[in-house]
Amino acid sequence: MVDVAERWSASRAGSPSRLLARLFDWKPFLVVLCLMPAIGLLAVFLTYPLGLGLWLAFTDTKIGRAGEFVGLENFVSLWHDPIFWTAVGNTLVYTSVATVGKFALGLWLALLLNHHIPFKSIIRAIVLVPWIVPTVLSAVAFWWIYDPQYSIISYILKGLGWRETNVDFLGTPWHARFSLIAANIWRGIPFVAISLLAGLQTISPSLYEAAMLDGAGAWQRFRHITAPMLMPVLSVVLTFSVLFTFTDFQLVYAITRGGPINSTHLMATLAFQRGIPGGQLGEGAAIAVSMIPFLVAATLLSYFGLARRKWQQGEAND
Amino acid sequence: MTDATLSSPGPVPPAAAPDRLTVISWESGPRKLVTVYLPLACFVIVLLFPFYWMTVTTFKPNNELYNYKDFNPLFVHSPTLANVKKLFFDTDYPQWLWTSMLIAIAATALSIAVSVLAAYAIQRLRFRGASFVGLAIYLAYLVPPSILFIPLAAMVVKLGLFDSPFALILTYPTFLVPFCTWLLIGYFKSIPYELEECALIDGASRLQILRKITLPLAVPGLISAGIFAFTLSWNEFIYALAFIQSSEKKTLPVAVLTQLVQGDDYQWGALMAGALFGSIPVALFYSLFVDYYVSSLTGAVKE
Repeated sequence: MVDVAERWSASRAGSPSRLLARLFDWKPFLVVLCLMPAIGLLAVFLTYPLGLGLWLAFTDTKIGRAGEFVGLENFVSLWHDPIFWTAVGNTLVYTSVATVGKFALGLWLALLLNHHIPFKSIIRAIVLVPWIVPTVLSAVAFWWIYDPQYSIISYILKGLGWRETNVDFLGTPWHARFSLIAANIWRGIPFVAISLLAGLQTISPSLYEAAMLDGAGAWQRFRHITAPMLMPVLSVVLTFSVLFTFTDFQLVYAITRGGPINSTHLMATLAFQRGIPGGQLGEGAAIAVSMIPFLVAATLLSYFGLARRKWQQGEAND
Repeated sequence: MTDATLSSPGPVPPAAAPDRLTVISWESGPRKLVTVYLPLACFVIVLLFPFYWMTVTTFKPNNELYNYKDFNPLFVHSPTLANVKKLFFDTDYPQWLWTSMLIAIAATALSIAVSVLAAYAIQRLRFRGASFVGLAIYLAYLVPPSILFIPLAAMVVKLGLFDSPFALILTYPTFLVPFCTWLLIGYFKSIPYELEECALIDGASRLQILRKITLPLAVPGLISAGIFAFTLSWNEFIYALAFIQSSEKKTLPVAVLTQLVQGDDYQWGALMAGALFGSIPVALFYSLFVDYYVSSLTGAVKE
């Protein structure tokens, strides 16, 4: 250590411009220097576009042509647009059903993985795979699994004798919606399960032992130990999950492209369709902006709704 | 505690060291089979099935692919590389792989460099408002790309970056930097501050400390941030779809979906091969570092 320190002070004394070295030791300068790239990048490519998006929503901008301020025109036309309302309804159904599914199954998987089982780390690694692989590529696989003629699910169901005909997974609106939700749940389970597993592992086993000595059953232990101890992790994971399911784009774009006849559009895919291939940037931005109130509400609800318990228990916020 | 019991060498008399968890939770053999192993097997099968199906489809010849009567579709009867050959020699697939790789590496390098500096400043330089800046960067992660892509598309066109890889290299850090900074702040927190204090007292400058002490110690954190950033950029879709137009400049996920699907005649064999070989690089990358991955994922959630 002394040796290293000597080398440093030697190199420092020998440096040609001591003034520059002094400048780099001046903390305010260093703070600005270190933060500038991050703040600059985020300001230019995140904060500014966010503001620009709000502005575009009130203009009639098209691709390649600057727009003029048109007030609420975009929103008024969306208000009378049945496709927009279908997309809003779809997004709400998609988010709520998929979130419930993901958390029910994810929690179950986490509880299973929390048991003492052989090859635990390998199973845990395998379980994460659907989350690692590019969503679009697994969505293409689902597209093939949902094929009207050659669906493997139909084949298996027919083989088991549960069905006579092929299942039309993507042909009718409700079938298509639930097929998309199933694919979303499939993709979301790993993240929920692995995060909740991390939460489960922080719960001390002595709590369960104490409860069992007091005669608590499996359900009582889950209800009064696991659930409350898991709440802080659960609230964070839920917030993320709701946010990213609500703004999902890839699965729907890859599997149905909003079809059949615009019945499975989410707000994000509709915004894309109107904005980029359709060229109506203003209208697309208006759809994207209409997501914001929902997002803020959903985030606040899922975060504070669940995190409240933590404050009541008088724990520190972090 | 049970781990220790199982891995300890030598025979352990069962009566002397009963598996405490097993005893008190009444998880005897057959019961555990039904309540744990069976559902777990179902989960693993369902979660992996799409990949199995992808692989099987890739190596099937066309006559087998569409004939469920004579061939059991769940297995390959006469495997062929025709689909793979078609993918690599008759399409721009190698080009897309290469473009994706370059963009992902460039965006990752840029984001890591920016994030290290920001995380170091926030966690170590202890200035007033550090926690506020940290919170602001965290909130930036909550802004979804679905809201940003339309104004970003307008900006990209105006900056003359439309249809250029730089459009993606510059926009990917919007979601990579918040994530990596957040992860690295957590990692820097775990490095004892005393090490830096010692170096300060010995006369090292702040930049020397960052370069010679903090960064070497933070290598595991940098690796996990790098893996996350790479997979996130590899998987990114909406920006790549909106900002890139010409076929040869597309990233792999976009190209598979837009270039391999032509008309109503889906070439499922080639399409599945495209999906499979697009998944393998991230899967490989991930399997090499799976421990970092899981621990930083769970660590990030616990923060």
